[in-house]
Amino acid sequence: MKQTSLRRPQWIRRALAAGLSALPLLVAAGCKEQYPQSALHPQTEYSDQLHQLLLTILRWEVGIFVVVELALLVAVLRFRARPGREVPNQHHGHTGVEVAWTLAPAIILAFIGVPTVYTIFRTQAPAPPDALTVEVVGHQWWWEFRYPEYGIVTASDLHLPAGRTVNLKMTSQDVIHSFWLPQLCGKRDVLPGRTTYIWFKPVTPGLYRGQCAELCGASHANMRMQALVETPEGFEAWVQAQQAPPAAPADSLSALGRQTFTQGLCIACHTITGVSAGVVGPNLNHVGSRLTLAGGMMPLTDENLRRWLENPPAHKPGSLMPFQGLTPQQLDALTAYLRGLK
Amino acid sequence: MGSTVATAVAHAEEHHTSTGLNSRKMVFWTFLGSECMFFGSLIGTYLVYKGKSLNGPYPHEVLNIPFTSVSTFDLLMSSLTMVLALAAIQRDDLKGTKLWLAATALLGMVFVGGQVYEFSHFFLHEHLALQSNLFGSTFYVLTGFHGTHVTVGVIWLWSLFALAARGRLSSKDSLSVEIAGLYWHFVDVVWIAIFTLVYLIQ
Amino acid sequence: MATATAELHAARAHGESGLWSWVTTVDHKRIGILYFVTAFIFFLAGGLEAVIIRLQLMRPENTLVGAEAFNQLFTMHATTMVFLALMPLSASFFNFVVPLQLGARDVAFPRLNAFSYWVFLLGGIFLNLSFVFGGAPDAGWFGYANLTAKQFNPGHGIDFWAISLQILGIASLAAGFNFIVTIINMRAPGMGFMRMPVFCWMTLVTSFLIVLAFPVITVALVFLMFDRLVGTHFYNVAAGGDVLLWQHLFWVFGHPEVYILILPAMGIVSEVLPSFSRKPLFGYPFVVYSGIFIGVLGFGVWSHHMFAVGLGPVADSFFAVATMLIAIPTGVKIFNWIGTLWGGSIRFTSAMLFAIGFIAMFIMGGLSGIMHASPPTDLQQTDTYFVVAHIHYVLYGGTIMGIFAGIYYWFPKVTGRLLNETLGKLHFWFNLIAFNLTFFPMHFVGLLGMPRRVYTYSPGMGFEGYNVASTVGALLLAASVLFLIVNILTSVRGGKVAGHDPWDARTLEWSIPSPPPPYNFARIPQVVHRDDLWESKRAGKPALQGEAAGVHMPSPSYWPPVAALGVTLALAGLFFNIWVTVAGVAILFVGVYSWALEPPSH
Repeated sequence: MKQTSLRRPQWIRRALAAGLSALPLLVAAGCKEQYPQSALHPQTEYSDQLHQLLLTILRWEVGIFVVVELALLVAVLRFRARPGREVPNQHHGHTGVEVAWTLAPAIILAFIGVPTVYTIFRTQAPAPPDALTVEVVGHQWWWEFRYPEYGIVTASDLHLPAGRTVNLKMTSQDVIHSFWLPQLCGKRDVLPGRTTYIWFKPVTPGLYRGQCAELCGASHANMRMQALVETPEGFEAWVQAQQAPPAAPADSLSALGRQTFTQGLCIACHTITGVSAGVVGPNLNHVGSRLTLAGGMMPLTDENLRRWLENPPAHKPGSLMPFQGLTPQQLDALTAYLRGLK
Repeated sequence: MGSTVATAVAHAEEHHTSTGLNSRKMVFWTFLGSECMFFGSLIGTYLVYKGKSLNGPYPHEVLNIPFTSVSTFDLLMSSLTMVLALAAIQRDDLKGTKLWLAATALLGMVFVGGQVYEFSHFFLHEHLALQSNLFGSTFYVLTGFHGTHVTVGVIWLWSLFALAARGRLSSKDSLSVEIAGLYWHFVDVVWIAIFTLVYLIQ
Repeated sequence: MATATAELHAARAHGESGLWSWVTTVDHKRIGILYFVTAFIFFLAGGLEAVIIRLQLMRPENTLVGAEAFNQLFTMHATTMVFLALMPLSASFFNFVVPLQLGARDVAFPRLNAFSYWVFLLGGIFLNLSFVFGGAPDAGWFGYANLTAKQFNPGHGIDFWAISLQILGIASLAAGFNFIVTIINMRAPGMGFMRMPVFCWMTLVTSFLIVLAFPVITVALVFLMFDRLVGTHFYNVAAGGDVLLWQHLFWVFGHPEVYILILPAMGIVSEVLPSFSRKPLFGYPFVVYSGIFIGVLGFGVWSHHMFAVGLGPVADSFFAVATMLIAIPTGVKIFNWIGTLWGGSIRFTSAMLFAIGFIAMFIMGGLSGIMHASPPTDLQQTDTYFVVAHIHYVLYGGTIMGIFAGIYYWFPKVTGRLLNETLGKLHFWFNLIAFNLTFFPMHFVGLLGMPRRVYTYSPGMGFEGYNVASTVGALLLAASVLFLIVNILTSVRGGKVAGHDPWDARTLEWSIPSPPPPYNFARIPQVVHRDDLWESKRAGKPALQGEAAGVHMPSPSYWPPVAALGVTLALAGLFFNIWVTVAGVAILFVGVYSWALEPPSH
């Protein structure tokens, strides 16, 4: 009996501490897999710095919230009108109290403001010189990734080697976009006519989802991407595969697909080295090796690709890729050809 | 703005004011405060885009400082005549009021005429259009809004002149002239800022 | 006098009843009612748009509306709520209440006041005409360049948007000028600034913010209009223009605009709390000064909307600290409101419940605001549903709840009848629960990675449950407004007769009959105290004045609506027919000259 009564305050204190610091997050934070685009599951030092700052602020704020709302509740419940207490004392204020509750938030803000400024300067320091530079270009509505170091141009899937800092150098071809990979880095706007940077060091191999965060037109919601953090060896293998020239058609169906590609409108916008040189749409040299298509909208499968080629604007509102009226045979052929571009 | 207005306004609105300041004058000052933000934004944009044009014609190729100095002097003189017009109405000198109101309006028209000449010269001979470059866009919109303000002022002054000519303006209505004068001086001051920042400091 | 009046009646607008009398009215109370009814209709329209948005997002990959329609819906929802609902609802209280609280017979410029209303009405209609003529604007209420450029937005939606916001800006500016002068110059004798009701103070600060902020967005919109209609290069990157120019201009306006939306509600709450606590406002000077401080700081924090742009660490730090400073006066206000309740004798009327609800919800909104005042955390929160949650806690939990409090509080003064308290309390509880069900989950779904302004999302992202909760909440929230509508419609004729001072309140508007006579005060009161009515009631002075005779009031006038029509046509014609502009300018000239030459009263 005595033991329980001794233990109880500790239990209460723990519960309070947990409640104050993490209750709102506990509600939301399941496992990482359940929330593939969560900002609450930082996976790099960079995003962890943002997250730790959030927790710092949140602890203060949950405390303030509880205290102020409780004060409000107590005031409301305790000072209900009761018969016999018609006109209360006409207090006009109290200067000491005013000074106190002006200073109190000021002091708390210092505890928030100092780590804020510290984190601002840490996360916006110049990138280390040995960082891997990836040029990010925003388009309506897909992400282009260029690796000048390797001469690779790809889209939607951002391949990164684990353990090496990556410096994203970003600009836009059309309107304003915002690059957001919540688990790896925060957000950074991608502006036409300007270059913005963000750098971080991915450590854990895996797939991290992200998407455009600035309204950029009809298919803003469909402008998605994913970062594939790979082991250095895996990344090296990917680089070599990407540097190879695009595969030639492997069979007659694919050959017909290439013919469809060159005779249709495709060549106006897409690059396949040795076949076409358009630059409006994504580079297709190794499109078959990607995980997604149509700006990260859907997984790359034969079925999805065929549906997409049949009528792009039907799937992606506002898409610049037009409906071409391809025959079923042409669609099959084109799908086979593109899937073969591993 | 007529005498009937002024007296009636005096009756209804200047009846009692908490500060003793005239309400019409006060509302006009708040309007000018708002105008400061308006022209501040326009001038700020001009300065931000200064030197950012990707192609000509550039400011130093087209701006004619001697010409604009003359029209600036003209506008400065109009502020002087505006002061004289107010002084005249305050001592019930209707003839003087008409004279100086007309002089101010005419000087304003000369300024606007100068701007019309300047714009058409830039457009026809220097090939500077609104669409030419950032300089064309920012220059025409900024100075064009100023010119519009001067034009509104000229119409206002002629309206007062018409009232004076019909004998419907007296020292009781000096406030109407004073407020028109406030506007006129404000537009003048804005021009000094534009002349300095756009023409002189290239 | 009487015969002269009769003669003049033939020549100009007159009458105190009928539709025409509402068109020509210059009575601040009638204009307040016009503002309220119009803005409330727009509020319902904006709410309907929100309901469709929520229905679309209820399920992943839903196909209720398409992407283009969705973008139009959220753009119109926000534009409507900000410019056609919240601001004019506040303006309806400015109009009705401020002159009464000041002890004045009208605003300083009654016809300018009517002009503001008519411009607002026509601007609001013009904006909504875009739905009929080729599509509503779809680039967000913030209309970031260069998504608004002709190249990326070839339809007419943006033209409607840019021009109607300029029209509405004229209405707001005219009202701003008017209320500054009214409050500074029309106070009853003895009412020093520090005896003025806090609602009047907040109206004054708001009016200054309007007067200084609206010209900036006007310039930004003029640039946009020139870019689209004439082909200038203000926001054209290809010609060396900078898309950030728009963002700076917009937010130099946009942040003060946030305070334009919230300060009036803070003023309302500062009136309601003392009345129903039967205590003076705690720390009156601190509440007033903090309101002024918030207004001033509001002009120095605009770039906190642009942390993701990458302005550099020095700018980020400056704007972060400046923004956090605003938390101090905001906190001071909240503490003083709680201080007002403390030791009071609290009556839980519907108005009081909404005022208390305002405090409780605004604390939430304020705290989440501090989270994105910090740039590093903002980088995860900006443009996500977390911010959607924040702004709704501030603008719904704050502004709308404050406005609801004001409706229940002043309805008896406007109509002479009380609103039904049972319906009012049902409205409050439904509203509070549905509101939190709608917006609280948005904090989580935002942090879990859902961006705002997306018409669709994939299954498997973990967003589903939160979105269902928000949608159910939104439907309940929409339903809760029905309590208010039914209450107003039934009480306006059938409600309990209120009498002049149903709440045993403190300020001058309760010293005159409900509804007030056209001249408001038979005798202009002599003010000796803050909360003058309360003090004189305690001193045993009879509050209610008798009938007045021979009070000289401004006459009705046609010219404000005529001038308003001219302004609207002049601007509207710019993009569809230049002759409409010419006609508009001509009508404007006729209106202004006739207005200027017409005596304000006969």
